[in-house]
Amino acid sequence: MKEKLDEILGRAIRELDQADQPQRLEELRVAYTGKKGELTSILRGMGSLSPEERPVIGARANEVRAKIEAKLAEAAARMKKKEEERRLAGETIDVTVPGTPCRIGSRHPLTLVRREIEDIFTSMGFSVAEGPEVEFGYYNFDALNTPANHPARDVQDTFYFSDNMLLRTQTSSVQARFMENHKPPLRMICPGAVYRSDDVDATHSPFFHQIEGLIVDRNIGLSDLKGALTQFSQMFFGPETRVRFRPHHFPFTEPSAEMDVSCFACGGAGCRLCKGEGWIEILGAGVVHPNVLRMAGIDPEIYSGYAFGIGQERLALLKYKIDDMRLLFENDTRFLHQFY
Amino acid sequence: MRLSLKWLNELVDLRDVDVKTLMHRLTMSGSKVETLEKLDEEISSVAVGRILSVEKHPDADKLSICRVDVGSEELQIVTAATNVFPGALVPVALDGARLAGGVKIKSGKLRGALSQGMFCSFAELGLTRHECPYGAEDGILILPKGEPGEDVTKLLGMDDSAIEFEITPNRPDCCSILGLAREAAATFDRPLNAAEPVAPAGEGDVSEFLSDVSIEAPDLCKRYMARTVTDVRIEPSPEWLRMRLWAQGIRAINNIVDITNYVMLEYGQPMHAFDHACLSGSRICVRRAADGETMNTLDGKPRELNSSMLVIADADKPVAVAGVMGGENSEITDSTRTVVFESACFDGASIRLTSKALGMRTDSSSLFEKYLPPENCAAALDRACELVEQLGAGKVVGGKIDVYPDPRPVRTIKPDYGRINVLLGTGIPDREMDGYFARVGLEKQADGSLAIPYWRDDVACTADLAEEVARFYGYDNIPTTTFAGDAKPVVRTPEQQLREALSDAAAGFGFDEILTFTFFSPKTYDKILMPADSPLRKSLSILNPLGGDESVMRTTALPSLLNAVASNQKVKVKAARLFEIAKVFSPALTPDGAVDAAAIPTESYRFMLAEYGEKADFYSLKGVLDAIFTAQFGAAGEYAALRDDPAFHPGRTAVVSVNGVTLGVVGEISGAVSEQFGFQSRVYAADLDVGAMLRLERGTAVYRPISKYPALYRDIAVICRESVTVGALSACIRRAGGKLCREVDLFDVYRGIPIAPGEKSVAFSIVFADDNGTVTDEQADERFAAIVRALGEECGARLR
Repeated sequence: MKEKLDEILGRAIRELDQADQPQRLEELRVAYTGKKGELTSILRGMGSLSPEERPVIGARANEVRAKIEAKLAEAAARMKKKEEERRLAGETIDVTVPGTPCRIGSRHPLTLVRREIEDIFTSMGFSVAEGPEVEFGYYNFDALNTPANHPARDVQDTFYFSDNMLLRTQTSSVQARFMENHKPPLRMICPGAVYRSDDVDATHSPFFHQIEGLIVDRNIGLSDLKGALTQFSQMFFGPETRVRFRPHHFPFTEPSAEMDVSCFACGGAGCRLCKGEGWIEILGAGVVHPNVLRMAGIDPEIYSGYAFGIGQERLALLKYKIDDMRLLFENDTRFLHQFY
Repeated sequence: MRLSLKWLNELVDLRDVDVKTLMHRLTMSGSKVETLEKLDEEISSVAVGRILSVEKHPDADKLSICRVDVGSEELQIVTAATNVFPGALVPVALDGARLAGGVKIKSGKLRGALSQGMFCSFAELGLTRHECPYGAEDGILILPKGEPGEDVTKLLGMDDSAIEFEITPNRPDCCSILGLAREAAATFDRPLNAAEPVAPAGEGDVSEFLSDVSIEAPDLCKRYMARTVTDVRIEPSPEWLRMRLWAQGIRAINNIVDITNYVMLEYGQPMHAFDHACLSGSRICVRRAADGETMNTLDGKPRELNSSMLVIADADKPVAVAGVMGGENSEITDSTRTVVFESACFDGASIRLTSKALGMRTDSSSLFEKYLPPENCAAALDRACELVEQLGAGKVVGGKIDVYPDPRPVRTIKPDYGRINVLLGTGIPDREMDGYFARVGLEKQADGSLAIPYWRDDVACTADLAEEVARFYGYDNIPTTTFAGDAKPVVRTPEQQLREALSDAAAGFGFDEILTFTFFSPKTYDKILMPADSPLRKSLSILNPLGGDESVMRTTALPSLLNAVASNQKVKVKAARLFEIAKVFSPALTPDGAVDAAAIPTESYRFMLAEYGEKADFYSLKGVLDAIFTAQFGAAGEYAALRDDPAFHPGRTAVVSVNGVTLGVVGEISGAVSEQFGFQSRVYAADLDVGAMLRLERGTAVYRPISKYPALYRDIAVICRESVTVGALSACIRRAGGKLCREVDLFDVYRGIPIAPGEKSVAFSIVFADDNGTVTDEQADERFAAIVRALGEECGARLR
């Protein structure tokens, strides 16, 4: 009987190794280990064995059964794997076919620039103020120490609705309004649209955007202005950026400065972007003129401050290397889609 | 302002400073350099040659062969010029020379004869008759002096450079050579070699020529000075003066005119010269013009004047538009024998308005516009007379006219050194500051105050002194500090937050952000077929719009949005989703309902969305709106059909509200408006009021436990008349479904066979659920039956 068992085992392993259909596997399972299977019938015939042989053959028979069952499981796994492989092979797709179209809309380059500037200054404790675009001449000029006969007030440069009402020419107008309602210490930035009587061309628009900044407190000086704007420049243009402050003139600041940053295209060596100068003019700034504080009801003997004005278009044009300002207002999606 | 380097070096010796350093340091001390122009840049290798012989060319009638001594060698040059002669000194362009206009000269053969260069005319040197009055118009420039071999550009004084500065409006003093020289001297801390002009005493008295000089408009003329010169000989100015004007970009005319221009450049004080013979009644009156009075200005144009303009008049007529341009009637001519030099101080604003009104901006008017100090008149007049004598242009008459009704005292200012250091963030010692003050002529007085020079009207307070210190201490040397003050939390206003959130959401749905102008033509309202009596037509008008008629502040952003759509369709963009948070301006109205142009309008934001393309329709846009509303306000929108907005399709437009607050309109743009904008495909747009959204109670979300019990789903399909809306059906289902009815979702609307015409089949999926237990089939059946009943009774709908 032992020989018979060994023969069954050998045959079963052979046949199971050759099996390649689940159906054949089931046939073999029934044939060997099923109720009427060969192994079962052998076990059933154990009665005819001697008591000495019985445990030996019984153990052997169980061993063979276990081996066949293990082989069955192995063959089943092999077959399942093959089956899976066959199925997957049939389901292969071209992964280079584009995904189902969906896109997140583009933010306007000016918004991207404004948000970045806002984030930088709010992180420094500046709150974001706003003011009207249609403004009284008082806030746009008088309160900013710009005398009645100043050329900037000409109808050539400023859009008027009446003698005393106009489209603001600078976000600085919000300075005066803000200081009327907030007493120092104060820190604010004000992004917004401004208007000047310029025809549209590659570098001009009658409608453009600035961001004004203002800080008023005790003991504020030009050095603080340099500090804040240096930080801003390095965050906006990169940590390697160097800044340069040049004396300039604005009616509402004294001393006044223009700020240049080292050209981010050439690093200051001189190139086309910086017209060979190595520096790019970025913004105007200065220590708030005492007359401006005085007119807002703040004592310039106690308080001082600084203010700055950034042209959003200018920064957007520089940052994204846009060579024509008109593109910003044409709303061509082929342009807009380039920004992220 | 342009500055000749030669001229500068005469006033401040900076010859050892290289130009780059000079420009950098002047920029950093406040005189911003814009450009540098090397005036003889185009010209090279042109030397003085002495013609030794002139022979006819054997093979060309019109050419001559000349032997020329150019110092180092003797050359043969072939020329077509007829004004050359042995002994003449001429400019010779040597082999390899470069001339004006980029012309290159090479040795070569002309009709077989070797020509080792070329003789030059003044034009070939980049000069004109104004610089070379002795030169032949179409011949070789015969030089009045020079040694063979000498560099011609040097000989003629062309070896100069001009720096162009940007001068800020607070510094009219820097619109002069002297002013810039002062700045350069202060920047480099070097002495200024400017002598006070010494005018000749002269013989006789000016009153013999001008018996009556008066200022009738003292508000527009602070000072009027004049001197006369007799025995004038009009002739070209000497070369140094001509070339100085040339370097400054001004044409030399004759000695008298050149003197006035020279003094204007040097002192920044415009001057005028009249021909005394043309002044009637030996009288000068500075007065307002009479309305309608006319005169011809020097440029030959007739000018109509009015009473806002200041004129210089003689006994019976205006002879100059004060500070702007002289009159043709008193112009200096070759026959002028007696000259009146005027040096006056006119009101800046008046000059500016006059020059604008007359459309002539002159060097003189642009200087006066900047408000010149009256003290400058005297120095300039003295300088002019000094030059007259120096040039031998005439005899200066003794005495001077000086009508100066209200002389200004010298202003002083007490420096607050401590405050200056606060304003700069520095710790500069007082004595160091005093040094900087001294450099710019702020002289310390016995009482410690500083006397302000008359040309520095811009210095008026401590902050101004701080700037003077900063300029010479160096902006670069001011420390860089970060201010640490009270930190307050930075909070965005609810509106700022909402605007950003709406933008982010719209972008999230693939809408591109656009940016449109806030003003447009009033005709734009017609493009969206806005009714003539619409209150939105009442908009603020710009009094002085640009060229076109883009003159009204928009009260609606819809046309702006549609323009953006149109421009994309025009360039064949097949589909687009656009949005903008757009500002509109609602004017204040006067009691009688007119636009009040003197009151600040209400500025508010609209949330504008538009889409077009294959996948766009009313529902795609509505879906986006509902998603945004739900994310922002916790509720979807409610939509009521709107049929009478001419901008929109009457059958495909809705008024949108959320939680009962009306927000605006969404719909398909009407065919007529689409035509106006040239749309190629249907366009869907929404125009929503951001301000109204702010009024919506946002509240805070409160957690509701998720039901542990399973829900039951039932589908229902009913047939109803076309006019019954899905909104009405679903509202009816909700009502009849009661508490257990949790969701009603439309899943199909069908028209066509077998549904009768005029009817439609509408199918919903209904979810029944109960937080307290499992909904039983019996409960659901009971509700379902109630729903069917209600649909029948209220909507005339029957089960399909």
